[in-house]
Amino acid sequence: MSDLDAFRQEVRTWLDENCPQEMRTPMKGFEDACWGGRNYKFASQAQEDWLRAMAEKGWTVPTWPKEYGGGGLSKAEAKVLASEMKRIKARSPLSSFGIWMLGPALLKFGNEAQKMEHLPPIARGEIRWCQGYSEPGAGSDLAALATKCEDKGDHFLVNGQKVWTSYADKADWIFCLVRTDFEATKHNGISFVLFDMETPGVEAKPIKLISGRSPFCETFFEDVRVEKHNLVGELNKGWTIAKYLLTHEREMIGDIGGNRPISEIVAGSVGLDDNKKLADPMLRAKVAETEVDEWAYMLTLTRKLAEAKAGASLGADSSMLKYYGTELNKRRYELMMDAAGHDGLEWEGERSNDGDLARMWLRTKGNSIEGGTSEVQLNIISKHILRMPGA
Amino acid sequence: MGLVLTEEEKMISEMAEGFFADKAPVKQLRELRDNRDETGFDRGLWAEMAEMGFAGVLIDEDHGGSNMGFMEAGLIAEQMGRNLTASPFVSTAILAATALNKGGSAEQKKEWLPKIAGGETIMALALEEGRKHNPAATNMSAERSGNGFKLNGQKGMVMDGHVADQLIVVARTSGEAGDMDGLTLFLVDPKTKGIATERTQMVDSRNSARIEFEDVEVNADAVLGEVDNGAAVLKAIVNAGKAAIAAELLGTGGEAFRQTTDYIRERKQFGVEIGSFQALQHRSAHLYSELEICRSAVLMALTSMDMDAAGSEMPVAMAKAKLGSVSKLAGLEGVQMHGGVGMTDEYDIGLYLKRIRVAQELFGDANYQMEQIASMKGY
Ligand SMILES: Cc1cc2nc3c(=O)[nH]c(=O)nc-3n(C[C@H](O)[C@H](O)[C@H](O)COP(=O)(O)OP(=O)(O)OC[C@H]3O[C@@H](n4cnc5c(N)ncnc54)[C@H](O)[C@@H]3O)c2cc1C
Ligand SMILES: Cc1cc2nc3c(=O)[nH]c(=O)nc-3n(C[C@H](O)[C@H](O)[C@H](O)COP(=O)(O)OP(=O)(O)OC[C@H]3O[C@@H](n4cnc5c(N)ncnc54)[C@H](O)[C@@H]3O)c2cc1C
Repeated sequence: MSDLDAFRQEVRTWLDENCPQEMRTPMKGFEDACWGGRNYKFASQAQEDWLRAMAEKGWTVPTWPKEYGGGGLSKAEAKVLASEMKRIKARSPLSSFGIWMLGPALLKFGNEAQKMEHLPPIARGEIRWCQGYSEPGAGSDLAALATKCEDKGDHFLVNGQKVWTSYADKADWIFCLVRTDFEATKHNGISFVLFDMETPGVEAKPIKLISGRSPFCETFFEDVRVEKHNLVGELNKGWTIAKYLLTHEREMIGDIGGNRPISEIVAGSVGLDDNKKLADPMLRAKVAETEVDEWAYMLTLTRKLAEAKAGASLGADSSMLKYYGTELNKRRYELMMDAAGHDGLEWEGERSNDGDLARMWLRTKGNSIEGGTSEVQLNIISKHILRMPGA
Repeated sequence: MGLVLTEEEKMISEMAEGFFADKAPVKQLRELRDNRDETGFDRGLWAEMAEMGFAGVLIDEDHGGSNMGFMEAGLIAEQMGRNLTASPFVSTAILAATALNKGGSAEQKKEWLPKIAGGETIMALALEEGRKHNPAATNMSAERSGNGFKLNGQKGMVMDGHVADQLIVVARTSGEAGDMDGLTLFLVDPKTKGIATERTQMVDSRNSARIEFEDVEVNADAVLGEVDNGAAVLKAIVNAGKAAIAAELLGTGGEAFRQTTDYIRERKQFGVEIGSFQALQHRSAHLYSELEICRSAVLMALTSMDMDAAGSEMPVAMAKAKLGSVSKLAGLEGVQMHGGVGMTDEYDIGLYLKRIRVAQELFGDANYQMEQIASMKGY
C-alpha cells in the first residue's frame, strides 16, 4: 500500500468517527454555512463539534503549516482529504475570509509574529475577518482609494470610509487598504493594515440588498488607532499584497464545485414529456450546454491548480477562472429559475423556504461584481495574458 | 400599418406617460411593499385609471367602456411597465374584459363589463396549476352536480387573486390533462363556500395568489362561454395577456436600459465616466438595437390584436418571445453595469430585474413561445 493509500484509509476512518451525520447533508441555504468568530452562534451542536474536530486536526486549512494551525498536508494529501469529504458529502467545516483571502496573503507577506498571532485563530474559526477594500469612489479603480492613514509616531490614525464590506457587522477584525502617501502615484501610496473592529471609531452600517438580506455594510472610520505592528509588509507597498490577495479571492469566488448537477435539479421541477425527456426542449438543451461547461470548467480549475507550483497563485489566470466561473454560476441560477417557473417566484413562506431560490438567484448577480467585475477580469486577461496593445 | 403611432395614439401614450409618472412612480411600489399593503395596489389609483378610461380600454361604449382598442391598451401597459405600477389593469381590464367580450352571454356582459370599466369590480383569472404556463394541462375538475357544477382543484399564480371580486376559473368538464378540449370557464364568487385563498408574496412585490377549491358548488349560469369548448375563449384571453405583458415588458426593459445608460454616463472610475469604456458602450448599443427590434414586434402584435384577434396568435407569441429574452438581458446588464450599487435595494434597477423575472414567466416564457411558434409554423 502506498503512503497515499494509507493516508486515505486513515482519513476515511477518522471522518467516519468524527463527521456528525447532520454535517453530511447538503446545506439548505448559505445560512447553513459555519462562519465562526467571537460572537458566533452555532446553528447546531453538530456544526460546532464538526468545526472543533476538524480544527484540532488542522484540516480547516489542510495545507497550512502545522505551527499556524494547519494540517501540514502535501497537495496530494489535501486532495485525498477533499475527495474523502466529498465521498461522504461532508460540509465544509468553516467558511472564512480569513482562510480564503487573508491567510494566503499573511503566509506570503506577513512577518513571523503576525503569522503566529493571526493564522491559528483563523484556522480554529475563532476570529472572523472582513475585507476593507472598496470605497464609494474606488470600486473597479481600486487603486484610487482614499481612506487616510497617518503616521502618529508610535501608532497610525485611520480616517475614511469603505463600502460593500461583506459581513463588516459580524466580523471581529478587518484587513484594510489605506492610503499612506497622497503625493505618490496612486499604486505607490497604499498600505495594508489589520485592526480590530471593536476599536473605537469603527462603525458598520448594513446595506439592504436586492435579495432582501443585508450581508454587506458601509464601514466608517473616525480617528481609528492602529498599532504599528499591524502593518503587513512595507509601508506604501500594500498594492502588491492587495493584488495577491485578490487572486486568491477570485479563485474562491470562481469555485462553484460541490453543487448538485443542474440536470438533477431541473429534471425534478419542469417534469418529463411522454418520451421521458425534459418537457421543455429548449431548457433541456440549455441545461445540457451548461453541464458541458460546468464539467469542463471544473476540469480547468483542477488543471490550472495542478500546473501551479505548490503555494504559488495562479496569477492572471485567476481572472479567467473568476470570470468564467461566476458567469457560469449566474447562468446556472437563471436556468434553475426557469425550471422552477411560478414556484421560483415566491418570496416568503414555508413552501419556498422564504424564497430561498429567488434570493439565491439575486445573490448570484453579485458574483460577477464582487472581487472585481467581469469587465475588470476581461481587461486583466487582455492586458496580462493576451498583452493587447494599449490594454 | 401600425408601426408608426398615429397622432391620436401618440397622445394617449403621452397622456399615460404623464399619468403614471405622476400618480404611480416606482416609489409607490416601494411604499406598498414596505407597508406590506394588504391590497397590493392603490385603490385610488385604480379609480382614477377608470376615470381616464383605462379600465374600460377594451370595453365598448354600450357597456360603459372607452373602447380605445388594443394598441392603446398596450401603450398604457408600456407606461405602467416603465414605472413598475401595480394595478389590476392586466387581470381585470385585459384578461377579464377579453373573457367577457369573447365568451360572455348578453346578460353576463351587461352585468360585469360596466363594473369593470367603472373600476368597481376586480376580476382574476385562475388558470395556472403547475410551475410553467400550460393551459392544456388543466386538471381542476368541474363535475355536473344538481343544476350546476362542483369544482375541485387548485390554482396558482392568480394575479390579483386575493382581492378579486370575481374569479374566472378554468376547469375540466371532460377529457384529461393534456387536452385543450373539455375545458370550461366559470365565473365564480371567491366568497363561495369551499374556496380558500392564500396571497403569495412574490419576488416583484406584486399580487398573486394560490386558490384551493373543495367541492365548490356553482350554478349552470356561472359558465362563461360553452361547456367543454372553453379553449377558444381561453386562447383569446391568454393571447391578450401575452400582448399586454409584452407591451409592459417593453416599458420595463426600456426603462431599465435608460436608467443604466444614465448611470454609466455619470459614474466615474479611472478618472473618466465609465460610459466612455467601449466594453460598456457596445453592450449598450447592442441593447438599444434589441429594444428597437422589440418595439416593432410589440407594435405589430398590438396592431394585429386590433385588426384580427384570431390571426394575431403568431405575432403575439413572437413579441412575447422577443420581449421575454430581451427584457431579461436589459435587467441583467442593468445590474452588472451599475456595479455594487446595482445589488442594493436603494437603487431601482434591482426592482426592474425582479419584475422582468415575473413578467417574462407569465403566459409562457420565451422558450414556451418559441416552441409554440415552431409548432404553428409546422416544423
Ligand atoms: C456581493 C458583493 C460583495 C462584496 N464584498 C466586498 C467586500 O467584502 N469588501 C470590499 O472591499 N468590496 C466588496 N465588494 C465590492 C466590489 O469589489 C465592487 O463592487 C467592485 O469592485 C465594483 O466596484 P463598483 O461597485 O464601484 O462598480 P464600478 O467600478 O463603478 O463599476 C460599474 C460598472 O462599470 C464597469 N467598469 C468599470 N471600469 C471599467 C473598465 N475599465 N472597463 C470596462 N468596464 C468597466 C464595471 O465592470 C461595472 O459593470 C462586494 C461587492 C458585491 C456585489
Ligand atoms: C464586404 C465588404 C465591403 C466593403 N465595402 C466598402 C465600401 O463600399 N466602401 C468603403 O469605403 N469601405 C468598404 N469596406 C471596408 C470597410 O469599411 C472596412 O473594412 C471596415 O471599416 C473595417 O476597417 P478595416 O478593414 O481597416 O479593419 P480594422 O479597422 O482594422 O478593424 C479590424 C477589426 O477590429 C475591429 N475594430 C476596429 N476599430 C474598432 C474600435 N474602435 N472598437 C472596436 N473594434 C474595432 C473591427 O470591427 C474589426 O473586427 C468593405 C468591407 C467589406 C468586408
